[in-house]
Amino acid sequence: MKIVNVTHGSFYAIGAYAAASMTAAWLARGYPPMLSYAVLVLAAVVIAAPFALFIERAILRPLYARDEVVILLVTYALFLILEDVVKLIWGVNPYFIAEPYALLGSFQVAGMAYPTYNLVLVAAALFFGGGLWWLLHSTRAGKLLLAVIHDPEVSRAMGVNVGRYYLATFALGSLLAALAGAFTAPTVSVVPGLGVDVIVLSFAVVVIGGLGSLPGAAIGAVMVGLVRSLSVHYMPQVELFVIYFVMALVLAVRPRGLFSLAEPRKI
Amino acid sequence: MPQWAMFIMTIAFARGLVVLGLLLLLRAGLVSFGQALFYCLGAYSAGALGRFFGVSDIFVEMLVGGAVAAATAFVLGFLLARYRGIYFGLLSLALSMILYGLLVKSEALGSTDGFNILASTLFGIRPGPEWVRYAVLVSAAAVSLVAALLVFRYLRTPLGRLAPAIKDNEIRVEYMGASARRAVHVKYVIAGALAGVGGALAATAVGHIDPEMAYWTTSGEFIFIAILAGTGNVIAPFVGALIYGAIHTLAYDLSPNTWQMSLGAALLVLIVFLPEGLWSFFNRYVRHS
Repeated sequence: MKIVNVTHGSFYAIGAYAAASMTAAWLARGYPPMLSYAVLVLAAVVIAAPFALFIERAILRPLYARDEVVILLVTYALFLILEDVVKLIWGVNPYFIAEPYALLGSFQVAGMAYPTYNLVLVAAALFFGGGLWWLLHSTRAGKLLLAVIHDPEVSRAMGVNVGRYYLATFALGSLLAALAGAFTAPTVSVVPGLGVDVIVLSFAVVVIGGLGSLPGAAIGAVMVGLVRSLSVHYMPQVELFVIYFVMALVLAVRPRGLFSLAEPRKI
Repeated sequence: MPQWAMFIMTIAFARGLVVLGLLLLLRAGLVSFGQALFYCLGAYSAGALGRFFGVSDIFVEMLVGGAVAAATAFVLGFLLARYRGIYFGLLSLALSMILYGLLVKSEALGSTDGFNILASTLFGIRPGPEWVRYAVLVSAAAVSLVAALLVFRYLRTPLGRLAPAIKDNEIRVEYMGASARRAVHVKYVIAGALAGVGGALAATAVGHIDPEMAYWTTSGEFIFIAILAGTGNVIAPFVGALIYGAIHTLAYDLSPNTWQMSLGAALLVLIVFLPEGLWSFFNRYVRHS
């Protein structure tokens, strides 16, 4: 949609908080722990959806005509607001839900224990990435969406309900962020400030990959993850900025990221 | 004047200087999400002067802070002047975060805690403790006035007038025989220098510096002020910074736990209802009446 959305970090945080609190409540009642995964996902989706729909309809919609940068600032403002909303709803104390993480146990890789949950996460990421790719390139709705992004005006003239596509895209993107938060929640302690960390990181990922490119985002994510782990292992003192260093390096060589498409210049 | 009011005003001048530089870039359609880089560089240069050379003269600090920032901006400008739109913003953000990462890990400069700065002196005179705040405030006002006047003059030079043209259509700028890249580079250096001076000023006013000054939320604050003020006038950044300081203090005072929310709401309302900033308000109701 050509929107750089800072609010995405808030959705990640909302997803994580919703999943953590709901799953904790679920387990506290003594319901079967195996179903906690379903609770994890449902909680994130059900709680994040109204936020996403409201923000798109009420706040972003009237502003689409403005500059990309103005939209960025609007989402930044929303991010500041949501950050406090999250604190108001869930408080500032950390949430822990280790059960879904511990439940799957671990297996041995080359003599080291590796948690199965992480493997499930990788599978989930592949599933959602592949699903999104299929949705965009193999379904009618996805192809229409690409057209809408390319030229909203012509699409509208062709009888496409552009507003609905915008709403659906924003909602889908936000729900994915919330899901990501939900999936991560069992592996970390859910604390305020979760969204800030993740949003700057994910900007680095998409900029490295090229804005608007799915394979780019996947490669960027793997690169960022690898570089970060390597630096933690070999040179922990550079861990904080090595990602930005990589990002600056990639942009210096490929000004629009690794997988960017050529863009026409306006004359 | 009560102390807190003087402090808010001094900081407003410091921030106003940074935003003045941001205004130059914004007029060319560039949003730098990394002005905190130069703000922090200026502050740390000022701090290093005191820590390693025992210099505490406020004007020397501002001069050196501005010079270090300008030199850095000159070097980085070769890279950044090629970028536009969101890429310019994100690349400058990455650069400022690199500085943040470096400072956090540098033990010699106090790591995450930063370090304290010597009390300011003025041309070798050490004002008494009750006067030092006045001295800093007056120096800040003087420097800001000079900076505003210089930028005002610059905006009237051919190079300064290129800014809106670059925003509108860069290819046509090139057809005219002007170099958009060079114009952006010059603006970037000026903006960097102003942010460096602002950083040095903030450092002496607060008396303490830490790596948070290079964090991206600091840059976000500056953009907030720029949007609040509008890019129409060289005085606007200072007024905007003052109002921002007031909103911030008020929000913090009224609701210490939800001040971010008030700030975000204020920003949202401004963008929706006053797209050209507070200055457009002034233009609409004062000038034409």
